[in-house]
Amino acid sequence: MTDTVVTHLLELENISLSFKGVKAVNEISFRVATGEICALIGPNGAGTSSLLNVISGVYQPQAGRIRFDRQEWRKMRAHDVAVRGIARTFQNIALFKGMSVLDNVLTGRNLKRRSTWIEQALRIGRARGEDDRQREAAEHVIEFLHLQPWRDVLVGTLPYGLQKRVELARALATEPRLLLLDEPMAGMNADEKQQMSGFIVDINRELGTTVVLIEHDIGVVMDISDHVVVLDYGRKVGDGSPEAVRQDPEVISAYLGARH
Amino acid sequence: MEFFFEVLIGGLLAGVMYALVAIGFVLIYKASGVFNFAQGAMVLFSALTFVSLLERGVPFWLAFLISLAAMVLIAVAVERVVLRPLVNRSPITLFMATLGLSYVIEGFAQALWGAQVHGLELGISDEPLELGGMLLSKFDIFAALTAASLVLVLSWLFNKTRLGLSLRAVADDPLAALAVGIRLQRVWVVVWSVAGFVGLVAGLLWGARLGVQFSLSLVVLKALPVLIIGGFTSISGAIVGGLIIGASEKLAEVYLGPMIGSGIENWFPYVLALLFLLVRPAGLFGERAIERV
Amino acid sequence: MFYREVGQFSTRYAQGRRVFALRQDRHGLVALLLVAFIVVPWLGNDYWLSAILIPFLVLSLAGLGLNLLTGYAGQLSLGSAAFMAVGAFATYNREVRVAALPLLCSIGLGGVAAALVAVLFGLPSLRIKGFYLLVSTLAAQFFVTWALTRFSWFSNNSASCVISAPRLEVFGVNLDAPAGRYLLTLTVVVALFWLGKNLVRSELGRNWMAVRDMDTAAAVIGIPLAKTKLLAFAISGFFLGVAGALWAFAYLGTVEPHGFDLNRSFQILFIIIIGGLGSLLGNFLGAAFIVLFPVLLSNLVSLLPGGLIDAGQVENLQKMLFGALIILFLIKEPEGLARLWQRFRQRARLWLLRY
Repeated sequence: MTDTVVTHLLELENISLSFKGVKAVNEISFRVATGEICALIGPNGAGTSSLLNVISGVYQPQAGRIRFDRQEWRKMRAHDVAVRGIARTFQNIALFKGMSVLDNVLTGRNLKRRSTWIEQALRIGRARGEDDRQREAAEHVIEFLHLQPWRDVLVGTLPYGLQKRVELARALATEPRLLLLDEPMAGMNADEKQQMSGFIVDINRELGTTVVLIEHDIGVVMDISDHVVVLDYGRKVGDGSPEAVRQDPEVISAYLGARH
Repeated sequence: MEFFFEVLIGGLLAGVMYALVAIGFVLIYKASGVFNFAQGAMVLFSALTFVSLLERGVPFWLAFLISLAAMVLIAVAVERVVLRPLVNRSPITLFMATLGLSYVIEGFAQALWGAQVHGLELGISDEPLELGGMLLSKFDIFAALTAASLVLVLSWLFNKTRLGLSLRAVADDPLAALAVGIRLQRVWVVVWSVAGFVGLVAGLLWGARLGVQFSLSLVVLKALPVLIIGGFTSISGAIVGGLIIGASEKLAEVYLGPMIGSGIENWFPYVLALLFLLVRPAGLFGERAIERV
Repeated sequence: MFYREVGQFSTRYAQGRRVFALRQDRHGLVALLLVAFIVVPWLGNDYWLSAILIPFLVLSLAGLGLNLLTGYAGQLSLGSAAFMAVGAFATYNREVRVAALPLLCSIGLGGVAAALVAVLFGLPSLRIKGFYLLVSTLAAQFFVTWALTRFSWFSNNSASCVISAPRLEVFGVNLDAPAGRYLLTLTVVVALFWLGKNLVRSELGRNWMAVRDMDTAAAVIGIPLAKTKLLAFAISGFFLGVAGALWAFAYLGTVEPHGFDLNRSFQILFIIIIGGLGSLLGNFLGAAFIVLFPVLLSNLVSLLPGGLIDAGQVENLQKMLFGALIILFLIKEPEGLARLWQRFRQRARLWLLRY
């Protein structure tokens, strides 16, 4: 194996985040290579979700830098992060409960629209062809995740597993370069997990999207990820390939359980 | 300079009256998570009942007790018909339900007792009392003392008794409270009755000052700026908010009024609350909600 | 069962996006419009036109305006009547001071004025959420009515504050008669509802609903929160302003602030609660309810043995029933009459088959 120079799509440098004195994230640094699936693991409260929130602009860190594809920042609002090509799903489903599956996925297309609201209101100009184009793009995503039968169903009425899939579809619709998934398989049974893993791998291989996911099921993590980062109480305790991390004694004692 | 203080203190004392109404809101909000738009109607109804009984020759304390009983009945009815079916719905839905409720109570009050203005004599005259070179209204001072004692009693209720603990639990999470065996319905009836009692007291004081009439229910709207400044969940906040609104309203009326025009007090409290919100979105004492994603 | 629905499928996306999917429904809509535009003004009597249909149409439009802001975008507002007042007064001032402007232009500009005021009082929504936002629209409500009464410039320095609306004339045709005012109102309302339909089904409409349902998630997928919220206020303000102008010009014949008080704001809020939040049809149903309910009630009361319920009590009874109905709707059918209608239609389509 030759040593290739890997471009890192995402780089975190000494990110620290605290809430009213409680440090949720403590000087975390790691890098995610372009095109890889990176798993972020750690017990509950380790700071994994907070880290994802920092990257996606929901929380602003007190210290540290984020580097994404040649741009660098510390504080950035969620909207601007989305514009740069980062999309995410949430741990507790954040779908728009009052809308159908198709409408939810279509909201993901809003950054790709060219027509203004006036054109849409009067149905003139760029608005005319665009509805069809966006619908087509949304349909591609729906097809990719096998959601066709539920296209017009109100998402609030769907079972949990399907809702998670719709949220994934909505994130995918934005055509992101980096996809952040917060426990995409939480609450699923073995079959559903396998299906979701398959989708995530497809997204990575076929669409070339870099994926960072938080996941508690170690089997899944070992199976699909190229790179694992381990957190414990807001600090990084492991960083490397799945096999290396699995054998790291510090990780074992903190997370996987020490043998007495 | 003395004039300024006179106006200021007059405003503060008026603010105490606002605070009284606001306390009723805080109670209900603390325990049912509902912004009870019908509070004003409750104030009106209780005052109207009391005054009408008085006018029919019923002695003071009996009339008070009967009015209080009426408020408890209303509390029971509200819990049964409005709160129970709407448990766990969105706050906006509950707010709109209280909007409807206010119409029902107002209509009922006027159907029962008529729409005329009733004067109310509480036995404390509005004579000025001289204190330190300033003229203060005896009535206002009485109102302030009443409010203060009410606050003390309520604070004790909320913080030191088991009932108060149940109330706070229910405010936080009704389902969880149910799960630990707290009797939701009973708690709600108690809270709305207490709020009814507070409303009665407020109604009597306001009624003695303005006369018991329909516009009493508009006082509820002034309570909103009070709550915004003081926070929706704090009784002491309601007091502070009331004082601030009362004082600033009076001062604006006296000092800004001649420049801009009369009737400023109609909108000044709201604009003040609005500006306040922009700086402190959770009010002075309110809790900042942390949104967990 | 009343239609033959067989064989109607959409083969293009545009067909799937149509409001009325069934051919029969589309024909029905055309028929309804023909009746509204041609038959009604010809056959209708003055009372029905002036006292029932015109306020019904104007209140539907006002309901739509508030629905865009509260039902679709989720921003609670108690200031609707203030924005209507701005529209009415702005239109009046344009008509009176700039004589050359055609009526429809003046009404449009009145709407724009209302939109600007709405945006001003909507700015706090960028920092404040939920209930607290009520105080901003309440401030609008009280401030605007105070300003319009206080500064006589708005009412063209007339002695009393009640001013009468100038003559209605479009393209040289005098519209002062009930039928004329009805047609003017109908045209404007139909046009704005078409616009509203396009808006709520467009990306902006979806953005509004996204902001209403979960604004953090909306920001995360790239929806611009500030622009979306302010547009909601602006467009809602525009619709309400036009409704206000029509209310003053086509219905009342006078322009005065008292008709645009807090009670009016509540009335419009009730229209959209009863009619259905987030629905287009709901505005019509809610407005019809609000306009017809008092009429029906007094007719019912007059049927009872005389003197049982006197006139003053009818008003109180109305108030109580009203409040009770609001609570009932919120409990039983929070999506209002529109949803009830929808369910009825579903049943009717399958009637006799039931499953």
